[in-house]
Amino acid sequence: MDEKYKAKEPFRFHTRLHLSELTGLRAATLIQFLELLKTVSGSCIYYHTHRFLQQHQYLSPEPPNDFAYWAAEALGEDELAEKLASIDTVGFSSIRLLREKIVSTIEDYIKDNPLSKLRFSRENEEFYFIKSVSFIVPTNYTASGLREFAEILRKITIDSIYFHIFEARLRLERGTNDFSNWIEHSIGDKKLAEAISRLDPYTHTLEELRKTLIRKIEERLSF
Amino acid sequence: MAKIEEYAAIVGGAVIDDLRLLADRLKGKTIQHINSTLVGGGVAEILSRMVPLLRELAVDTRWDVIEGGESFFAVTKKFHNALHGRQEEISDDDFDVFRQTSDENIRKMNTSFDIVFIHDPQPIALIKKKADNKWIWRCHIDLSRANKKVWEFLMEYLPGYDSAVFSAPSFSRKLPLRQFLIPPSIDPLSDKNKELPREMIDSVMRKYNIPDDKPIVTQISRFDRLKDPLGVIDAYLLVKKSVDCRLILAGGSAADDPEGAKVLDEVIEKAKADKDIHILLLPQNDIEVNALQMASTVIVQKSIREGFGLTVSEALWKSKPVVASNVGGIALQVKHKYSGMLCHSAEGAAFAVKQLLNNSEYARKLGENGKEHIRNNFLITRHLRDYMLLFLSLYHKEDIVYL
Repeated sequence: MDEKYKAKEPFRFHTRLHLSELTGLRAATLIQFLELLKTVSGSCIYYHTHRFLQQHQYLSPEPPNDFAYWAAEALGEDELAEKLASIDTVGFSSIRLLREKIVSTIEDYIKDNPLSKLRFSRENEEFYFIKSVSFIVPTNYTASGLREFAEILRKITIDSIYFHIFEARLRLERGTNDFSNWIEHSIGDKKLAEAISRLDPYTHTLEELRKTLIRKIEERLSF
Repeated sequence: MAKIEEYAAIVGGAVIDDLRLLADRLKGKTIQHINSTLVGGGVAEILSRMVPLLRELAVDTRWDVIEGGESFFAVTKKFHNALHGRQEEISDDDFDVFRQTSDENIRKMNTSFDIVFIHDPQPIALIKKKADNKWIWRCHIDLSRANKKVWEFLMEYLPGYDSAVFSAPSFSRKLPLRQFLIPPSIDPLSDKNKELPREMIDSVMRKYNIPDDKPIVTQISRFDRLKDPLGVIDAYLLVKKSVDCRLILAGGSAADDPEGAKVLDEVIEKAKADKDIHILLLPQNDIEVNALQMASTVIVQKSIREGFGLTVSEALWKSKPVVASNVGGIALQVKHKYSGMLCHSAEGAAFAVKQLLNNSEYARKLGENGKEHIRNNFLITRHLRDYMLLFLSLYHKEDIVYL
């Protein structure tokens, strides 16, 4: 064991598996969409801003959320789609704040483009609100040092990386991702922790993110 | 039948590890699947693969079927069509036949398991037997244009269930119970989807006298108006004006379906002027379907209505670029211009096919993206995971569950 990078507390890897729960709520116009967006559960906002990351791992990194995709493909509102797609999710620390930003983006757009209220989607292209139900399960992988941590990162599922990077920070409101948190407090390497926390994970595919994390840790280990 | 470990080479060992983690959480639970037939149809096909895999994961699973006479199944076929939005005359007698057979099954069938998983409308009335256990109704039908009378009849039973499952968001409705989205899946190790040696593909093409001299556009589907084979020929003829290619329309026998036989006649009539159109009335032969898909340059699914349209997943799994109508569950499988092309008309289909035939690199990229999309979302391992999560969800009402 490389004593320099031994952890005070081991890191237990968890995985996050999810079910998509249908709400029966749907919107065919921007106004319906906006009203529902204000009232659906946070789990819906989370689902539609994060689904692409897990379901379309080969798409690097767009389209980043269902709202932007629907505005472009179903309503033909490309400008609004661009605004929604460019909302910097990593800059928000809670689903509530993210929802407020999405709502205000659409409200501002409608104010500037009143004709957008007249658009409606074709049949079968309405926006169906779905919510994410997460199941968080501890895996059998535990790292007691940074080298072992990097080794495990190579073999765990992308669902596990997803959980510790995305869900822990935003949905569970832990402030930062789990990896940075452990590296700072248990390994004591604030610099590496910050380097990982500065990454914008939303602009990586999950496999790219895995490679980037491993590379950053290995650079540190060989330093 | 493939063993669970064999899927590790396709989806990665860690995905199989996750399945084992979930199976562990279901220890001690008994699960009963109930549908209306052991063979034939998509539900039986998927259960025949799912149930052994769940057992291998040590999830205590059994599969039972209800009994019913001809009159019962004639009524449930009418229900099925009416729920899919077709015009059907449903009489009070039909409802009586349904209730009578259901009552007999309720009397005979043992449903004393922890979780009872009912597939489709035929066994739905068994819910009357619900005790202190959990019940799920799995609907494989597109209910977006469901016949009101039949739907209201089903609603006599549905509120008794703990959860319902649908294949696509548009199939769902507002219901007084939890409902989940779980799309169906393909089995990458089945005859229809496994890798085939080149010689086998060539021999199937020789058998059907299809030369390998120009690009091939293919639709694999029953000869059914809802699959729009005539529209596929229209699209092909538009493509053919500028790109020389062949068209294969291949599907199962329509012998028991007078409407299907009529459609087939019309297709043959429309195709006869062009020797590059190959109409193949295939027997149930998964290897041949696989070979035809593998030999194709572009695969089309130009349906007017679609349950889910798993032929799209089959094509994408073979890395084939796909042009498909934006109906039913197809939009879940194809993201326009990312993992295939969506269309709404023969002209749109033709334009997309031409783009793909003229831009092989773009076509290759869409096919590659499509294959990864299927690997992540539409293989049987994902389906197994979702079913186990569904079972666990019956005991947890919250949105974030710590297991």
